[in-house]
Amino acid sequence: MADESPRTGRRDPEALLRHIQAAERAARRGQLKIFLGYASGVGKSFRMMDEGRRRRLRGEDVVLAAWQGAMAPDVETAARDLERVPMRRVDAAAVLDVAGVLARRPQVCLVDGLAHDNPAGSRHARRHEDVQELLDAGIAVITSLNLEFIEEEQAFVERVTGRRRAATVPQRFVDAAEEVVIVDAPPTATGGADASADAGPGAHGLSQLRERALLLVADVVERQLEAYLEMHGIRMTWGTQERILVCMTPRANAAAMLASGRRNADRFHGELLAVYVSQPNLTAEDRSALARNVLLARAQEARVNILEGRDPIRAILDFAAREAVTQLYVGHNLRRTWRTHLTGSLLDRLIDEAEGMDVRVFPH
Amino acid sequence: MAEPGVRRRGRLKVFLGYAAGVGKTYQMLTEAQALRRQGVDVVVGYFEPHGRADTIAQTAGLEAVPTRSVDYRGATFAEMDADAILARRPGVAVVDEFPHTNVPGSPRAKRWEDVHVLLDAGIDVLTTMNVQHLESLNDQIWQSTGVRVRETIPDWVVRQADEIVMVDLAPRALLNRLERGVVYPPERAQAALQHFFKEPTLVALRELAMRQTAHVLQGRHEAEDVAAPGGPRPAGAGERIVLLIEPTPASAALIRRGRRVADYLGADCFAVYVSRTPGMDDLAAPERVTLERQLNFARGLQIETRVLEGDDTAETLAGFARLNRATQIFVLRHSVRGLARLWRRGLAQRIVSHAPDMQVTVVADRSTSDVHGKTPDLLRDLRDRRDRRDLRELRARRRRRQA
Repeated sequence: MADESPRTGRRDPEALLRHIQAAERAARRGQLKIFLGYASGVGKSFRMMDEGRRRRLRGEDVVLAAWQGAMAPDVETAARDLERVPMRRVDAAAVLDVAGVLARRPQVCLVDGLAHDNPAGSRHARRHEDVQELLDAGIAVITSLNLEFIEEEQAFVERVTGRRRAATVPQRFVDAAEEVVIVDAPPTATGGADASADAGPGAHGLSQLRERALLLVADVVERQLEAYLEMHGIRMTWGTQERILVCMTPRANAAAMLASGRRNADRFHGELLAVYVSQPNLTAEDRSALARNVLLARAQEARVNILEGRDPIRAILDFAAREAVTQLYVGHNLRRTWRTHLTGSLLDRLIDEAEGMDVRVFPH
Repeated sequence: MAEPGVRRRGRLKVFLGYAAGVGKTYQMLTEAQALRRQGVDVVVGYFEPHGRADTIAQTAGLEAVPTRSVDYRGATFAEMDADAILARRPGVAVVDEFPHTNVPGSPRAKRWEDVHVLLDAGIDVLTTMNVQHLESLNDQIWQSTGVRVRETIPDWVVRQADEIVMVDLAPRALLNRLERGVVYPPERAQAALQHFFKEPTLVALRELAMRQTAHVLQGRHEAEDVAAPGGPRPAGAGERIVLLIEPTPASAALIRRGRRVADYLGADCFAVYVSRTPGMDDLAAPERVTLERQLNFARGLQIETRVLEGDDTAETLAGFARLNRATQIFVLRHSVRGLARLWRRGLAQRIVSHAPDMQVTVVADRSTSDVHGKTPDLLRDLRDRRDRRDLRELRARRRRRQA
């Protein structure tokens, strides 16, 4: 089953297997740590060098293998005592010397500017591929990355800054890092983002990039948390991210529920899911209504699931608990029948049993 | 434009973290030092050293305004002396631990109130806090970490900050620091490692801090977009939420949740109690105290409160909501049994039928759901087993395919 969204795969055995394989790979390969910032000048290089410096003081074998030509004074100071593996000169460009680092075999290697492209004829076309080789050889790498250089972010970056970046790093490389640390600073702070550098985005654009970087790392952190919980067999209801589940029945006003769900999910930077429970004995009319609803749900970019089960309420609540849903949207028929009076309506049961979730009722 | 001679209000900058030891105070002091080098008149109004050598070293050369000693129940506490800082009139004051509660007998109950006094006097303030101290997150934190945070700060106080910075550190690095004794002395470190500082807890809090910072930034963008000529209306404009308060402690969770959703939607928020008799005579004294406390709590979170009169709670509430053009009604879900539960069922139903033009949300009672102490129910257990079996089968299938 292909991933439909980055967050698909919660409690999906394929995903669990991937996590375990990743963990097994991680045991052999070097650990990757990325300092991620939203612009140049927020302090990524400093944090990276400073961590290298402190690790060296604690007795780890640290080398610096890629750095930028002109360092800011604080970066320069932090890097001063670090052993360097000289970069190779290819034409006018400085290239990380992979063979040199492999021969030196340090515990930890610092690589500034992960998104660099190497000139033609280099060992690898891109610096993150150099880093991959070091990791595969069991060397830990600490590196820095600017949000603007993540491949999948290019459409957003272009919208905000008016330009795309040529040298990029794929999101999956970031996802594979053991640790991603956000380097945050308001655009106006002392020594903060250098907005004047190359006529980059204004304060508003920088602030949007900043928000995006925080959310990107939050998503990475969430996926790591899920992996951790899976690995350790811990089950908890996490209210960290809002997840909205729209329950579609043939007669519910699915369009209104889904539209509201999408809007709320966006406001919370959360996820939208939709389900219906497949039931026998549906009329042709009900079936086509459900098919329409599924299309509506897909159009709202909801993750759609069809549940089985003789007890629809139980099926929905089990699914919701599995997916750590925080808000449940249900339709409600205002006309009460003798049966609902007798047994308590399905809605009552849903409200009674939906522990830990908000239930939002949409009359129809 | 400020009038000549009138001092502008001070600017507030918050360094937001997710646990003790991530480096909030260190980063705040680093900034204070940078300002001092630029010639800004910086003082330390309050600083909690926690015995951390690196952090203490960062205060070198910064002038500290002496704290005030307050005696309380036979012990002496050091509190920030806002009056002394006002008298000193610096350009910038460094104030650690924004959500701190002052010892009884202090001029103001909360440190953030002291900070407001400084800001009103035109003094800029740098301060620190952890995300778990935000009032609206209190139940969520409890639900996901099992930790009930006692010292809280209303969200609006933090939202008013001119700048908010997330101070991040990888949880494993934090745990290493804790084990090395950088954060707490050894005996406290052990206790901390066993309780609060568990990796999943830290990871969850860290994620919350990132989302919270992003949320604050998002609010700013929208405010700017709206202010721009021809700018769009904010997405949540027009949403109005009415919270139905009851004389129970559980109402606090409803208020927090309502506040949070309203903040995210950019919605207005009301808290309403429906009394069956004038002057709330229908309530026994202890219930009335609880209700007053809930209404005060709501007001503290900048939620407008109303006490309505009516025989029929659902009808009165729906009428008020319609009159005030509300779009959503929030009511509490009770974990009560028996007759009270039946009445409650009826209430949610009746509100829905009286307010078919609004969305009615039954809010989860996150304040009492003790996720951690709960014995795993049978269903859940079975599902776990099924998942493990699926996984084993999947791996076996892969191996066969590879062979």
